[in-house]
Amino acid sequence: MTGSSQTPAQQASLALSISGVTKRFGNLVANDAISLDLAEGEILALLGENGAGKTTLMSILFGHYLADEGEIFVANGEGHLAPLPPGSPKAALNAGIGMVHQHFTLADNLSVLDNITLGTESLLKFWRSDRAASARLKELQENSGLHVDLDARVGRLSVGERQRVEILKALYRGARILILDEPTAVLTPQESDALFATLKRLTATGLSVIFISHKLNEVLAVSDRLAVLRAGRKVAEIDAKAADRALLAETMVGSAVQPNVRRAHIPGEAVIVARNVRAPDPRGRQTLENADFTIRAGEILGIAGVSGNGQSALAALICGLVAPQEGEIVIAGEPVRRFSPRALMQAGVGRIPEDRHHDGIVGTMRLWENLALEDIRDPAAQTGGFLRQGALRIRAKEAMSAFDVRGGGPETEARLLSGGNMQKIILARVLDGEPRVILANQPTRGLDVGAVSFVHRRLLDARARGAAILLMSEDLDELLALSDRVGVMYRGTLSAIHPAEDMTVRRLGLLMAGHDDLGDAA
Amino acid sequence: MSDLFDIITAAAFWSAAIRIATPLIFGTLGELICERAGVLNLGIEGIFTAGAMSGWMTVYLGGDLWTGVLVAALVGAGFGLLHAVLTVPLGLSQHVTGLGITLLATSASYFTYRIAFPNVSSPPRIEPFQPISIPGLSDLPFIGPALFQQTPLTYFAVFLVIVVAYILARTPLGLAIRASGENPAAVDSQGLSVYGLRIGAVMAGSAIMAVGGSFLTLSAFNAFFFEMIAGRGWICIALVVFASWKPGKALLGALLFGAFDALQVRLQQSMGGAIPYQLFLMLPYVLSILALVIMSRRAAYPNALMIPFIKGQRS
Amino acid sequence: MIRLEPRQERSSALSIAAPVVAAIAALALAAIPLFIAGAPLGAAYAAMFNGALGSQFALAETLTRTTPLIFTGLAVAVAFRARLWNIGAEGQLYVGALAAVVVGTGMIDAPGFVLIPLLFLAGGLAGAALMAVPTGLKLKFSVDEVVTSLLLNFVVLLFVSMMLEGPLKDPMGLGWPQSEAIVDEGTLPVLMARTRVHAGLILALFMAVIVHIVMARTVWGFETRAVGSNPSAARFAGMSTSMVMLRVGLVSGALAGLAGVSEVAGLKGYLTQDLSPGFGYSGIVVAMLAGLHPLGVVVSAFFVAAVFVGADSMSRAVGVPSYIANLTVAVALLAVLVAGVLTRYRIRIQKPGARNV
Repeated sequence: MTGSSQTPAQQASLALSISGVTKRFGNLVANDAISLDLAEGEILALLGENGAGKTTLMSILFGHYLADEGEIFVANGEGHLAPLPPGSPKAALNAGIGMVHQHFTLADNLSVLDNITLGTESLLKFWRSDRAASARLKELQENSGLHVDLDARVGRLSVGERQRVEILKALYRGARILILDEPTAVLTPQESDALFATLKRLTATGLSVIFISHKLNEVLAVSDRLAVLRAGRKVAEIDAKAADRALLAETMVGSAVQPNVRRAHIPGEAVIVARNVRAPDPRGRQTLENADFTIRAGEILGIAGVSGNGQSALAALICGLVAPQEGEIVIAGEPVRRFSPRALMQAGVGRIPEDRHHDGIVGTMRLWENLALEDIRDPAAQTGGFLRQGALRIRAKEAMSAFDVRGGGPETEARLLSGGNMQKIILARVLDGEPRVILANQPTRGLDVGAVSFVHRRLLDARARGAAILLMSEDLDELLALSDRVGVMYRGTLSAIHPAEDMTVRRLGLLMAGHDDLGDAA
Repeated sequence: MSDLFDIITAAAFWSAAIRIATPLIFGTLGELICERAGVLNLGIEGIFTAGAMSGWMTVYLGGDLWTGVLVAALVGAGFGLLHAVLTVPLGLSQHVTGLGITLLATSASYFTYRIAFPNVSSPPRIEPFQPISIPGLSDLPFIGPALFQQTPLTYFAVFLVIVVAYILARTPLGLAIRASGENPAAVDSQGLSVYGLRIGAVMAGSAIMAVGGSFLTLSAFNAFFFEMIAGRGWICIALVVFASWKPGKALLGALLFGAFDALQVRLQQSMGGAIPYQLFLMLPYVLSILALVIMSRRAAYPNALMIPFIKGQRS
Repeated sequence: MIRLEPRQERSSALSIAAPVVAAIAALALAAIPLFIAGAPLGAAYAAMFNGALGSQFALAETLTRTTPLIFTGLAVAVAFRARLWNIGAEGQLYVGALAAVVVGTGMIDAPGFVLIPLLFLAGGLAGAALMAVPTGLKLKFSVDEVVTSLLLNFVVLLFVSMMLEGPLKDPMGLGWPQSEAIVDEGTLPVLMARTRVHAGLILALFMAVIVHIVMARTVWGFETRAVGSNPSAARFAGMSTSMVMLRVGLVSGALAGLAGVSEVAGLKGYLTQDLSPGFGYSGIVVAMLAGLHPLGVVVSAFFVAAVFVGADSMSRAVGVPSYIANLTVAVALLAVLVAGVLTRYRIRIQKPGARNV
């Protein structure tokens, strides 16, 4: 590496030191006296389940939150640690901390160059130095391998390209510490590999990286050192080479989690059949092109794919939000003639939306009302246009205990629930009528371990009673664990469908990237 | 038909069209700045009124005309600050707050005017801005009298369009303002203050609107009347959509609108009573609605328009 | 820096306290313009109170003024609940009045129990038809209804003026642009002798109860609330958001139309261009002060009416322009918005750069 070899590495070349950081939200202790050091040129993985406090810690580091206790020190230009003023993203940026959020912070209608140079020049200047900026960026791109067209509108870029813009943004500002929050969640395994290569290349030039993840495998592949958070505490800090995989998994989760097992059984007859279906995306993205699939009773069909490859069109179709332009959908032998959410529900489709805040829950309405959202016009819910409030409240109470909803009663406003409990409300609503078809679109996104396990169990229960389930998930491990068969969406087309047993994450990754060279015999 | 041709080929017609367009240029430009930063400003109607009243009052009390314009701008910026504080850091409904600002600014203007002049039958007058002929250019045939014999505020309006267009397109500040209207999180992540940018943009935009109001009392007329704004603010909001949030097109839209309005006045005179005059007066409003309908399909709203930004909270 | 932290539970006490505090704050802040105007504060407030509530006559005047505000307040509350920004209640009021004048000045010869309902029906339909325009444009072309409903107010006022100088002009009106008077059978009975309080108030209260029941207890209300707070979830759950919006638009327009009928048939007797001193716009304040609650509208309409009636008296007593009422009401609107934030969030002020050790 560089010439600074006078003292042991962890002493001399610390890039960052977090000391005793505590953050409370009400009664919840999100970070409990966490101390952490980061050496120059090191990749430190911050490992932990959802809700373990990783993102909170990084938000404090980046100045989005204020810590209740503790301090943060960052190496300045001469390598001396200096305290970082808390609560100021500007101070963090100036200290050389760059952050790539899980949800990108890019303006879609602006160009790549605009997004990168935003805020890097004095607002009092009467002109922009775009030419100089482009030149510097080209050089940065050469050195890092982060290639992306600087004049392109960000809205037109793929997810992987947007991530490169985010990293370039940080590097352009002279970041010496790069924080990546769940950077692989949206990438194919192959794209992830490319990212890891880039990171290695960058750390060789002295950049330090904090890599936040809940995926053990990739963390072991890329990082030098691991720190594990659980329930707001740092529970382990080890060298990546010395890490014991099984032990780590257990440390992360806290106790050995019983995996939900998909029991082999012979599926029944075809419940939902798509024949040659072409459907538009409601937001005008990738259309679905002649999709063909069959899901039988008691079967889970998993769909993988990089976001934006037509999955949302497929989901919108099964939800009844769009109608097919060609082809047909047949449910239980009956072709679906009308496409509306109501028509699909009446045909027996239960739908778990991708974005529960946006499509699943009315935040300002009460839980009993949210549970009645889909069948408010049914005779069970109303008589002559008047709500049967008593009956609905009783039903809500029962559903909430059956689905173990915590954090409120039937009269609580839905917005006050945690993500996991919101998802339970949606599950309760969807599974209550024992639908014969279930669309589960990213059903565990952002949930903590316990909630994930709960959702999996309920989906497998539905499978056991004979529901045909279409599962879409970005979590390939989840997809392979739950699905009987899997297919991949790429540029609007659904690949051949394979038994899950024949599939691996890597093969899925290749298909997701558009490689159709499997030489499949199926 | 030949009547119509005669009307629109007269230099005086275009001169009038530009005069009618001037307050709309200011208003549309001001609203555009607010919306580009992500804040709808329905306070515009009231800020127009406040600008008209305060500018006029300043001159009536002995200030010179430009001092009147400056006072109007400051009053506008003040109401803009109030709107911005309520809608930006507090994240209140931009619709309702804006209407509240309009009610407040209008009633405050009327109240102040009535305190100063409790019982006047005819409104007191001032000596307004006089047209300035641009040497050389104003002697050009047709174009000269149409374009270059306007009052100073009209030239200022056009100048402001150029300045704002340049700032938005070519300066770091303009980029930051546009980004706050597209995705405030992007602005925040680059260490800029979304609140600062939005509040500043709303104040600047409101100041410009108020100058538009002052044009009415300091240039177009020489007195302040109740209800004299007559929906001009709302028309500007329609014009912003019509202009696709672009300053150049806003200028064009306002001029087009001014031309239609001037035409309506001429036709009203030439048709003299055959058609009720109210139908002509309705035209500007109907036209604005039509403009909105026509442009609606292509309307490319700033992505974060009307979406409040609350730190640490994802939308 | 200032941060907003959502409160865990929204207490109903707070939701009721917020508008009350806002109203009191607005009245208190009115002291500033009063001071500027050089009025004696004590005497001014006393005159205001007495003018609005101090005598049976004053109370009757306030109730008379409350009546149209309940209608327009309900119109706005219903629409805003579905996040349909109907700012056109003023125009809808006028077309309602226009319809009442068309039907009620001799076109139909019928006894009161037939004619009066007919007048309200006509006015309601006219208001609904007018609001159908911005609602339809919103649903069909996604044109912002705020601007269209506002612009239509100006169009309607010009149309009314055209009618009053044209076909509807009262030939006996000494040249003033006003309509003929509503026939006696169509005139609403007065409720209290020697006052102007008329039966329109009864209908207004009745409508408030009906709207409340519909919003709280029926499928229609349920759908309206769902569409208003999360349209995409409502659509996902199988509701037709456009149908709900259209329904809300029509109901809202109709309610504002009723205000016009009530004013013409109950108070003025004939239509003029100054029938409404901005009841449509004040309806926004009424609805917001009520937290969009239909029964709350009754209370807040009474408050707003009292401010206006009281300010008139005060204006006569201490010589302050009566625009003080508009000013107070505008401040009340902004104050209730701010107070609303405080019921939903805790505001925490933290100094950036300060060490929290």
